[in-house]
Amino acid sequence: MKKSVFLGALTVASFVAGAAAAATLDDVKARGELNCGVNTGLVGFAAPDANGNWAGFDVAICKAVAAAVLGDSSKVKYVPTTGQTRFTALASGEIDLLVRNSTWTFTRDTDLKLDFAGVNYYDGQGFMVRRDLGVSSAKELDGATVCIQTGTTTELNLADFFKANNMSYQPIAIDTNAEGEQQYLAGACDAYTTDASGLAATRAAFADPENHIILPEIISKEPLGPVVRHGDNEWGDIVRWTLNALVAAEEYGVTSANIEELSKGTQNPEVNRLLGTEGDLGAMIGLDKEWAKRAIAAGGNYGEIFAANIGEQTPIGLARGLNAQWTQGGLLYAPPFR
Amino acid sequence: MTDVDMPPKQTFRLSQLIYDTRYRSLTIQVVVFMLFMAGAAWLVDNTIQNLKVLGKDFNFGFLWNRAGYDIGQTLIPYTNDSTHFRAMLVGLLNTLLVSFLGCVAATVIGIFVGVLRLSSNWLVARLMTLYVEVFRNVPLLLWILVIYAIFTEVMPVPNAFRVNPATGEAAASMLFFDTVALTNRYTAIPGVLFSNPLPGILGLAGPLWSALVALAGGLFLNSRLKARATRIQEATGTRPSTWWATLLLLTLPWMAVLWAQGFHLDVPAFNRFNFQGGIKVTNALVVLWLALSLYTGAFVAEIVRAGIMAISKGQTEAAAALGLRPGRIMSLVILPQALRVIIPPLISQFLNLTKNSSLAIAVGYMDLRGTLGGITLNQTGRELEAILLMMGLYLAISLGISGVMNVYNNAVKLKER
Ligand SMILES: N[C@@H](CCC(=O)N[C@@H](CS)C(=O)NCC(=O)O)C(=O)O
Repeated sequence: MKKSVFLGALTVASFVAGAAAAATLDDVKARGELNCGVNTGLVGFAAPDANGNWAGFDVAICKAVAAAVLGDSSKVKYVPTTGQTRFTALASGEIDLLVRNSTWTFTRDTDLKLDFAGVNYYDGQGFMVRRDLGVSSAKELDGATVCIQTGTTTELNLADFFKANNMSYQPIAIDTNAEGEQQYLAGACDAYTTDASGLAATRAAFADPENHIILPEIISKEPLGPVVRHGDNEWGDIVRWTLNALVAAEEYGVTSANIEELSKGTQNPEVNRLLGTEGDLGAMIGLDKEWAKRAIAAGGNYGEIFAANIGEQTPIGLARGLNAQWTQGGLLYAPPFR
Repeated sequence: MTDVDMPPKQTFRLSQLIYDTRYRSLTIQVVVFMLFMAGAAWLVDNTIQNLKVLGKDFNFGFLWNRAGYDIGQTLIPYTNDSTHFRAMLVGLLNTLLVSFLGCVAATVIGIFVGVLRLSSNWLVARLMTLYVEVFRNVPLLLWILVIYAIFTEVMPVPNAFRVNPATGEAAASMLFFDTVALTNRYTAIPGVLFSNPLPGILGLAGPLWSALVALAGGLFLNSRLKARATRIQEATGTRPSTWWATLLLLTLPWMAVLWAQGFHLDVPAFNRFNFQGGIKVTNALVVLWLALSLYTGAFVAEIVRAGIMAISKGQTEAAAALGLRPGRIMSLVILPQALRVIIPPLISQFLNLTKNSSLAIAVGYMDLRGTLGGITLNQTGRELEAILLMMGLYLAISLGISGVMNVYNNAVKLKER
């Protein structure tokens, strides 16, 4: 990790003349592979399975983009990044796209010269503690030792939360979720804090999930989304509209099961434009007509991806909550395809 | 007619720059220098270009912004409202602390093991060889992780010290009359408190300077006592026994001064999640310190051994012939000479240890790399500035260490008269 920060900084400094401004789309096409930055392993979001195939909610975005751009959702090289290395990896051109539980914030969008292509999960920061500690609210954590992943927004929220509530705590900085899990289970910290979705995913991987509780307080807003480099707007558009296509597909009832059927033509012109049977939206972002169809077919629409990776039927068991469609009282709202 | 002895007229041809040995080395140096400068210029230019492409500037202003994060171990006051600059200082001091402790311990271990490795006792010598080989040949990071794992997995969690109201007992108990608690996060030891301390002077706390003054007074009286004993011995031939008076003079005064200021121990006590009160020495520090000292100690041991072996055997034999005991031969004859061989490579080991301390990130010890090169770098996105600054600071620390050690080296090296 250390090495890649250094190498990353060096690369930023010396070897990528123009990479940032150059057309990422052309690079990806020429390479025939999408370099997608993901986390180092968080089951449900991005983790390799027993056969080494990456799967998860974030991975599905990488696959959808690869399907839209390259026509093959398996043409992705997954680059594990830590909280510390992820933005350097993106800025240096090591990855084309970062989908790693990354929160959209003002400074990251502006000062770090990144662009968030949207939000694929509306989240907030929570705390997890052992049940036998007898804690029922984060406000009772005065004096506790807290494990926290460094290089994250959660690190700053944590400091603010304890200060605002006039409590003290002892931070233990960790590098990856796996390390945090190990420290927490060994009792090196009383509480583990990160995005609530990450906590649920982490807890689901424990041998005894029932002995750990996630406290009710959500202390921050963490809109998580895919990130690209600032300055390459064409590439940013592709990622943004691929994500929108997945969300819109759910809204209009386009699923991986009926997509072949629907792409023969429907009564709904919006669906027709989305699937490329009417007009040629793809050409406007440098792709072909069927880009969105392939993206949706890769892993299903947003709802299918959610249900398959982190939904209530999975061990992670997250409810849609804020991440329901706007028609269902959630925040998901894809702009019109026209 | 020309004189045969007259040297040919000095003409200069360009090819002489290469073929003439008088010029060749200069030519090569000039060429290499130009290549080097061109390379450096290319790097700098490329950096400027790329920063422009990325839309970033080169600016250290971020150091004065609010840091916003908390640090576990701080030697100077620091809160998340402090600046990134202060966070950097906290990290720097943590680096210096662990490096200093590490250098001292590595030297002690190294001398001890290096000497024992040459012991004529077969078992002792072999054990020391085992230590050296095991620590020298496994990467430091692994040692850090192994020792950390032992600390976190083997020691009880602080919660184990909680007294169960039902049974009136706790799962773990404190050591040394309930004053010290070993946990998997830190070792809680008693702190010292004073109920009515004297005011501080020049930044030294009241109890500290007053105790120092009392100690100095005791030392002074003691030297008078010794002088008096010597006078009596010279006059009468028998030296009066002074050891009990010395003992009293060296202990009583400062103890009395501290006692008068209301000295008492602040014993850590378990409270909900952690121990409160006393001093908490974090395991991150202890683990890093142990791993760095044991690892570097193995190298120092080899240097010490080499230094000792460089002294000819005749010296030992001569000293033995004079009737010196083996321990004294080592400390009075061999080691002082061996130091001359030992110091220069020892400096390198100190430098290595200091730089290796940047592996602190593995145990979450917030050193320079953890604060400036870790969280600050990340939260501000100032990779280039942070890394350059960090390199500069490590360079400064290293130059400082070699400077001090070189002074020492000059003091012990062979004086040529
Ligand atoms: N959303 C926060 C935190 C992101 C974060 O680090 N999340 C953790 C837990 S949800 C993670 O993805 N860890 C995976 C890993 O360590 O690779 C941010 O963007 O700074």
